[in-house]
Amino acid sequence: MAENKLQKYMNDGLGWIDARFPLTANIKAHLTEYYAPKNFNFWYFFGSLALLVLVMQILTGIFLTMNYKPDAELAFASVEYIMRDVSWGWLIRYMHSTGASMFFVVVYLHMFRGVIYGSYRNPRELIWLFGVGIFLCLMGEAFFGYLLPWGQMSFWGAQVIINLFSSIPFVGPDISLWLRGDYMVSDATLNRFFAFHVIALPLVLLGLVVAHLIALHEVGSNNPDGVEIKKHKDPVTHIPLDGIPFHPYYTVKDLVGVSVFLIVFSAIIFFLPEMGGYFLEANNFIPADPLKTPPHIAPVWYFTPYYSILRAVPPILNSQFPGVAAMGLSVVAFAFLPWIDRSPVKSIRYRGTLYKKWLAAFVVSFLILGYLGTEPSNIWGQFGAGIPLVGGADRATIVARIFTAVYFAFFALMPWYTKIDKTKPVPERVTE
Amino acid sequence: MANHEVDKGKRRFLIAATTAVGGVAAVSVAVPFVASMLPSERAKAAGAPVEADISKVEPGAMITVEWRGKPVWIVNRNQEMLDMLAKHDDKLSDPKLDVKSQQPAYCDNSTRSIKPNLMVLVGICTHLGCSPSPKLQAGADMGDAWPGGFFCPCHGSKFDLAGRVFSGSPAPINLVVPPHKYLSDSILLIGEDSNGAA
Repeated sequence: MAENKLQKYMNDGLGWIDARFPLTANIKAHLTEYYAPKNFNFWYFFGSLALLVLVMQILTGIFLTMNYKPDAELAFASVEYIMRDVSWGWLIRYMHSTGASMFFVVVYLHMFRGVIYGSYRNPRELIWLFGVGIFLCLMGEAFFGYLLPWGQMSFWGAQVIINLFSSIPFVGPDISLWLRGDYMVSDATLNRFFAFHVIALPLVLLGLVVAHLIALHEVGSNNPDGVEIKKHKDPVTHIPLDGIPFHPYYTVKDLVGVSVFLIVFSAIIFFLPEMGGYFLEANNFIPADPLKTPPHIAPVWYFTPYYSILRAVPPILNSQFPGVAAMGLSVVAFAFLPWIDRSPVKSIRYRGTLYKKWLAAFVVSFLILGYLGTEPSNIWGQFGAGIPLVGGADRATIVARIFTAVYFAFFALMPWYTKIDKTKPVPERVTE
Repeated sequence: MANHEVDKGKRRFLIAATTAVGGVAAVSVAVPFVASMLPSERAKAAGAPVEADISKVEPGAMITVEWRGKPVWIVNRNQEMLDMLAKHDDKLSDPKLDVKSQQPAYCDNSTRSIKPNLMVLVGICTHLGCSPSPKLQAGADMGDAWPGGFFCPCHGSKFDLAGRVFSGSPAPINLVVPPHKYLSDSILLIGEDSNGAA
């Protein structure tokens, strides 16, 4: 009897809320009656993992701001204070710094999933564009956040990136000055980067994530076969025949992903928080010194492919703008995918070998450019002075130029090779 | 209230007028916010000239002083270094100093300096603003062809001992020679010359 009574009270309470706010309707629309294709595989973990990391970054970030001081005189020491004197401060700080790198790991895998299964294709172009917006925001967050510890890498990284804007013809130097708020990277710059990092960009980011999910739930998820499950619905219930409710099926599946992810995440935090200099660079444990650039500066790993492209493009007509433009384009190029992919099929499962070769070439280029971006440009020495064309040039620079060309060819030639590629017939319904 | 006809022309005019006036208001309100991010009056005032004692800089050595938050190098070039300067014009992007903005008129000469031996340079790479490392000695770890100069660790730009950029570097133009003047044989003032403060 008591149980029935409790049930009744709960139902009454829910009814009271539902009459004023569509709680049950929303739970149904987005969880219990949101039908996702039943053939999701390993690649579909990374969307929910990205959401998990976002929540972790916001939470750890809030607690870090309680002890961090956005002041050029105090910032470096306040981070060390968090690491040494604040109870569990080291854990919160390492969660945040490792979270930044892991955010890019899961987002890159999430994007790769979108590419191989054609998730950016009609009708999901806007989901993809919101996603590109999220990616840009994330890059901004990472860049602004990296200045905050006010180490040598923070300082000189920010100096280089802000100076990228100086190369824009005519208005460039004024834009750089406006971004810095001073003639050099200084206290004014640190203070405003703090504002961008903790409030401005997170608000935009959250807005974009909501838009990304609303758009996704409007058109429904793609799947590894790249077929539309909404084409085949139960005539009575109108539920897609190949769809299963997101909750409980995918919430439970995602919990497995979360568990594995957290094991890896914890292992990094506890045993490898600096990841051998890839997650936190050694030079950043030296306070910023405006008079001395460290002997080797490189961005954190997730920016290095684009940084390699910047270094690879030589100045043209006494201007470094072409390199900067190429770097910008290499990031923005992803936004064009929905319109430059002319293949009749979406998923890699039904694409021909030509596309697969191009995709493989792109992945290899991305990884090699990423590696080269972490190293100085003379890492592989120079070509002999006697060799025509490349004599005396850094080997690594020439290699970076070749792979930069491949990187851009993947996008530029996509309308051509996706169109002539021999595709396989696509099944009507999902195959698993 | 007999006339229920909607005057569409009037409605369009009112929508357009409201949008235009609202837009002007939005842009006007943005001005103070955008302007607040420019360097403050205090930041602008902080650019005072600095003095440097050059009496203890041995020939072949250099010191670094801070001016407007930037490193300024003062290199006392020895005779060997000065002789080297004229020997690699063919390898430089701008050996004849065609880009006039990079040095004051009184340093538009073969050594880019007031006193031939004393080179004064803003130690900020013209590529993306890193501070190059001094590699003053010829040869050494920079290879046999190196005439002595500066090497930027960020993107590999190379400059000679007059701050002139070697062709093939990512940096497009020569390093900046700041306005400066000698107050005495041993005191150098950076940031101000006989034409007044920079």
